[in-house]
Amino acid sequence: MANLKQSAKQSEAPVVHNPVFIDGSDLTTPTLKILRQDGSVYEGAELPDINKELALKIYDTFQFIRALDERMVAAQRQGRISFYMTEIGEEAADIGSTAALADDDMIMAQYREQGALAFRGFPLDQFMNQMFSNEKDLGKGRQMPIHYGSKDLHYMTISSPLGTQLPQAVGYAYGYKLEEKDNCVICYFGEGAASEGDFHAAINMAGVFKVPAIFFCRNNGYAISTPSSEQFAGDGIAPRAVAYGLKAIRVDGNDVLAVLKATQEARKLAIEHNQPVLIEAMTYRLGAHSTSDDPSGYRSKKEEEKWREKDPVLRFKHWLIQQGWWSEEQDADIADAKRKAVMAAMKEAEKVAAPHLDDLITDVYDTPPKHLQEQLAELKAHIRQYPDAYPKTAGRIDHE
Amino acid sequence: MSNMNLLQAVNNALDIAMEKEPKTVCFGEDVGHFGGVFRATSHLQEKYGKSRCFNTPLTEQGIIGFANGLAAGGHKAIAEIQFADYIFPAFDQIVNEAAKFRYRSGNEFNVGGLTIRSPYGGGIHGGLYHSQSPEAYFTGTPGLKVVMPRNPYQAKGLLLASIRDDNPVIFFEPKRLYRASTGEVPEEDYELPLGKADIMQEGRDITVLGWGAQMEVLEKAVAMAAEDGISCELIDLRTLMPWDVETVTQSVQKTGRLLISHEAPLSGGFAGEIAATIQDTCFLSLESPIARVTGLDTPFPLAHDKEYMPDHLKNYEAIKRSVSF
Repeated sequence: MANLKQSAKQSEAPVVHNPVFIDGSDLTTPTLKILRQDGSVYEGAELPDINKELALKIYDTFQFIRALDERMVAAQRQGRISFYMTEIGEEAADIGSTAALADDDMIMAQYREQGALAFRGFPLDQFMNQMFSNEKDLGKGRQMPIHYGSKDLHYMTISSPLGTQLPQAVGYAYGYKLEEKDNCVICYFGEGAASEGDFHAAINMAGVFKVPAIFFCRNNGYAISTPSSEQFAGDGIAPRAVAYGLKAIRVDGNDVLAVLKATQEARKLAIEHNQPVLIEAMTYRLGAHSTSDDPSGYRSKKEEEKWREKDPVLRFKHWLIQQGWWSEEQDADIADAKRKAVMAAMKEAEKVAAPHLDDLITDVYDTPPKHLQEQLAELKAHIRQYPDAYPKTAGRIDHE
Repeated sequence: MSNMNLLQAVNNALDIAMEKEPKTVCFGEDVGHFGGVFRATSHLQEKYGKSRCFNTPLTEQGIIGFANGLAAGGHKAIAEIQFADYIFPAFDQIVNEAAKFRYRSGNEFNVGGLTIRSPYGGGIHGGLYHSQSPEAYFTGTPGLKVVMPRNPYQAKGLLLASIRDDNPVIFFEPKRLYRASTGEVPEEDYELPLGKADIMQEGRDITVLGWGAQMEVLEKAVAMAAEDGISCELIDLRTLMPWDVETVTQSVQKTGRLLISHEAPLSGGFAGEIAATIQDTCFLSLESPIARVTGLDTPFPLAHDKEYMPDHLKNYEAIKRSVSF
């Protein structure tokens, strides 16, 4: 069957008798824009499915993430946590797309999508517990800050190796298809990660297996210091998906209405037709790559300023005010309230004890094998011998 | 009971696993209608449909990445890597992802339903890339279980246990024995325990330890030694991680001597790990240095296939050297 279809396709292709090479210019990828920076809507633009409640939830998440990012960068500078990554400038991309999903659609993110998790309702104290790797962290204090995960909220735990979640998203979505569930997986990644082999593997498999998955690329112009001009020579990421049998769309990633609209349509394609989709959101990483990075070494202030004028949060605020759903007074109040809440939660999390030493060996396997139990017992004996050298644990193991 | 070769035993185990647990899915390169290049998945697609037994595109990192995602969603994912030599493109998905999935998430998520099957080993004129024994690359990765059967009965029981184990398991099948090794295998469902070595033959003078296809070689060496009046205790480790330290320790405390043999190269091979552990647990019992009879520290050669292999003669000589030390 498949072979017949293929040969039919081939016979329909135009035939030439002199060499004709095709190139990227044969394919132009338009960018979906709905919202102007002043908050007005482009003429003829089709709005996404959005009401006041959803709009304010999205905006509330924007405000929360801004407050969290700002405070936690400062906390890292003060040495209170070891590491942090902001998503400033890209809030519309992940929060706007997650807002288009069902609450139980699986999110498989890279690491700059704390907004998606916040939108799902991850409690502030859980963000903090993870970053302070204390005993209340769902991840038991094992991973670096910002490597969140939540089974309850269908947010797969983040891992550092880039692109690995992409083929995993295909497998997870295949599971949905097997069970005939009305769910899809959304898989976030940056344009740098799209250069990994796992990207190629994933979109090819998604196309072949026809899985309900949305691949969401945050094309923010840089992978650490590497500009996209040194990342790829083609027209971004979207056209690659088409070549693999996915549907693709490019959106203004600073336009939350465009992101929401595109993702709502993508979800329909994924769920109703098992048609995988790739969304490329064009945006800009306004902050540093991470707290270990200083962007002044590789890009200009002027360029940053140009993008600061396209701030997705401001753009959406203007629209909300024009709808009569929001005011500048409310805005100042909520920003202040978020900052205070973040500060209070941070101080709480700092006081929580480190995870128990026993959790050093749990979850390596479903149950700790004998050799791990022996290694832990040996470690405990050593800590009891030198308690001063291990202040985090010494006091607690002695009281067992 | 029926007489099966090792491939039929693997096929039978997969059949039982898929029949009993509808969430079990088999996939890999050419495993679908064709039934696999060695026919390990024969008739499974006919029986369970295209959605549960199917071909993937030719991408090992994709296969294991896909398998991780499927297992994370609660399915039993049985992925085939066509030759163990081609598992390396998936190394990142195995070592950084599968092995660490449960630990890094604090058990919020896991890929316990994952089993990776792959034919391994030399002796089939496979040259560099159809002969490798890569087990030691994986035994050094916490979070993985590594299992290697020696015959059809072991293959079926250990594979069923691996599929049902709630941890990611790499199951290396000795392809040299796929058709060469035959034996009586129960038709019904049974499991052999993971993490437990099998004492194939009791003895007094030396403990001879191996796994997978090497057990056939060691049986010959041990039989030759018996003719010289040397009583060997022959042990099949079966599971390399976590391995059965207790059984090997008890044996060496009794015999006072240990020989470990594997096809993989000497340096960094799993025999080194065993030797270090046993000299620690059996220091006062050892009467001779622990012997390692392994492949050379070279890539696996084609023309010198026979010379490279740690065959029965090399092992026989090592047994004699150890006993007369």
